Amino acid sequence: MSTFDNPFDPARRLRAGACSCGQHASQSEHEATLQLSCDIPETEDKRYEGVVASAVMRAVFPKEIARRAFLKSVGASSALAALSQFFPIKTATEVFAQGAGKLEKTDLKVGFIPITCATPIIMADPLGFYAKQGLKVEVVKTAGWAVIRDKTINKEYDAAHMLAPMPIAISLGLGSQPIPFTVPAIENINGQGITLAMKHKDKRDPKDWKGFKLAVPFDYSMHNYLLRYYLAEHGIDPDTDIQIRSVPPPEMVANLRADNIDGFLAPDNICQRAIYDGVGFMHILSKEIWDGHPCCSFAASKEFITTSPNSFAALTRAIVDATAYASKAENRKSIAEAIAPAAYLNAPPVVLEQVLTGTYADGLGGIKTDAKRVDFDPFPWQSFAVWMMTQMQRWGQIKGDVDYKGVAEQIYLATDTAKVMKEMGLTPPTTSYKSFAVMGKTFDPEKPKEYLASFKIRKAT
Amino acid sequence: MIQSLRFRAAVVSIAIFLAFIGVWHLATRQTASVGTMSPEYAKLMGLTATSGKSAMPGPLDVGAKLWEHLKRPFYDNGPNDKGLGIQLAYSIGRVGLGYLIAVIVAIPLGFLIGMSPLMNKALDPFIQVLKPISPLAWMPLALYTIKDSSLSAIFVIFICSVWPMLLNTAFGVAAVRKEWINVARTLEVGTFRRAFTVILPAAAPTILTGMRISIGIAWLVIVAAEMLVGGTGIGYFVWNEWNNLSITNVIIAILLIGIVGMLLDQILARFTRMVTFPE
Repeated sequence: MSTFDNPFDPARRLRAGACSCGQHASQSEHEATLQLSCDIPETEDKRYEGVVASAVMRAVFPKEIARRAFLKSVGASSALAALSQFFPIKTATEVFAQGAGKLEKTDLKVGFIPITCATPIIMADPLGFYAKQGLKVEVVKTAGWAVIRDKTINKEYDAAHMLAPMPIAISLGLGSQPIPFTVPAIENINGQGITLAMKHKDKRDPKDWKGFKLAVPFDYSMHNYLLRYYLAEHGIDPDTDIQIRSVPPPEMVANLRADNIDGFLAPDNICQRAIYDGVGFMHILSKEIWDGHPCCSFAASKEFITTSPNSFAALTRAIVDATAYASKAENRKSIAEAIAPAAYLNAPPVVLEQVLTGTYADGLGGIKTDAKRVDFDPFPWQSFAVWMMTQMQRWGQIKGDVDYKGVAEQIYLATDTAKVMKEMGLTPPTTSYKSFAVMGKTFDPEKPKEYLASFKIRKAT
Repeated sequence: MIQSLRFRAAVVSIAIFLAFIGVWHLATRQTASVGTMSPEYAKLMGLTATSGKSAMPGPLDVGAKLWEHLKRPFYDNGPNDKGLGIQLAYSIGRVGLGYLIAVIVAIPLGFLIGMSPLMNKALDPFIQVLKPISPLAWMPLALYTIKDSSLSAIFVIFICSVWPMLLNTAFGVAAVRKEWINVARTLEVGTFRRAFTVILPAAAPTILTGMRISIGIAWLVIVAAEMLVGGTGIGYFVWNEWNNLSITNVIIAILLIGIVGMLLDQILARFTRMVTFPE
């Protein structure tokens, strides 16, 4: 049910769930309005009255069929008159207009994994970005990617921090039941690195890495795809020449110290933590593989979006707002302090500062500076999703063909985010596909099949 | 003589403890010399890298940190950071609930199995298969089907602690001396009365031994369960500090888990002594 519907129209559904914004009876109607949205809006009072009346109708007739039957038999005007008899719609409308509490749900739970990628989600809590949108959000630290996936699917969390390819994997049913998920915002871009054990400090050429054991945080992660891509470009087959293991981030540093692995491509603060503890050095930043690559995403189930569209929009606004704040270099130091305590990342502030400001010790005695080591840009480019699917196919996670654009547009909500950004006075990109280069090789989102076919090293099918 | 034995045992215990602390301290002293590095670089690095401090904390570090925790055990900084006292209370609460459900299920069922040789034989294969399953193996299944992490944790405690109680109850009931049952039968005591006035007191020591084993298992399981579930509890605390690679806090948590486990065991041991009878 939208703000603009007539609740006394028997043909109209009162509950949301029909279109992606929840304001129209069907998706086609939603698109039609978007194309010709030049109708004159009603007055604000009239709109509020509609909202209140529909709430009353919903309460009186919890069953859709009963309401329709009632309206058909008595007619809309007598129904309104009858309702007004025992419920003061006029007064209620006035009260409602003052409060304007249109959020379906204000107490939300958002899960996160304690790494710097989660910065916007976390800092929005202590720095008050959720409160600004009228939301009371509890950010909950979670043990691992599989757990965060299951808890979000089980609706313990309304939304969560996920690796950028995870919502695609969940929606396609890879490694779990297929459940439609969406990505309204990318949390961070860049912000990963390849860290190697100190004993390999002379083996800087990946060609010498045959037989290495390397770790990534999760199978469906940019980390995995970037590491495989990097190795393959250097002529190493990641499936046969080396071993890639899925290891939870904190155990990576411990394993590196214990000599169980030779290195890892990990999310930051883990790379810097290994350097801080003197067990590893930074081989390259992931930025050097693909500058501006997505890393983690902010994800919610399709169900949450359709049942609570306004809360979802408010949440998206809060995240976009927080991301914009985090992208400014001058704010980075204060962010590092805000997210370091035990309740959030639980990491030494000096480590977080090095990650966020980009002035860092490389582990070999030098200090390097790269302000874009990690950056924040919320726009969910659909071409990112298409690239991820080509890599999922390349490494055998997806068997057979994929409708690249169809899936990307279902999951990466570029249009909706662009709308939110516009409302906030930001200027989103006008298109949702862009071409980019990964290690000098250009990716054209219009030709994913050709791109996939161009790789020599890939999993044998 | 007993007095002096106790005294001597205490002396030996303290000596072992001191020796352990001493070896620990020596083993974790400043180790290798470190290469020189510029002061700006050193500022960005941790103590392990700059001063050659051992990655394993020594007893002094642990003692200082423990004192810090003991000074304020009940602070609450929001959902992800709570004092150790609160964490322990959450864990004990979870264990208590899961264990209670296990008691409610296991004892009546154990009685049934113990009193009926048929059920004993029929249920035996199931019990034998389900008994050795690790809590970590149950967890994904529980999360997936129950769809609620805190209920899953309680379920896992229940499913892991139910078996020893069940088996011991069944065994205790089945092993009640036939003479006593025959006497009761001669006196024409009804089934219910017989169960409560003859079998229960006779089997009580065995049942309580089962309960004592179970509480130990329940406490073992809680750490694993909370590590996965997250949010609250001593298991979550261990995981959270592991995330920060804070071995000091992990050691403190290990110490506390041991002490609480011992206390729980002692409580059950006391109950067992109360119902034990000389034959």
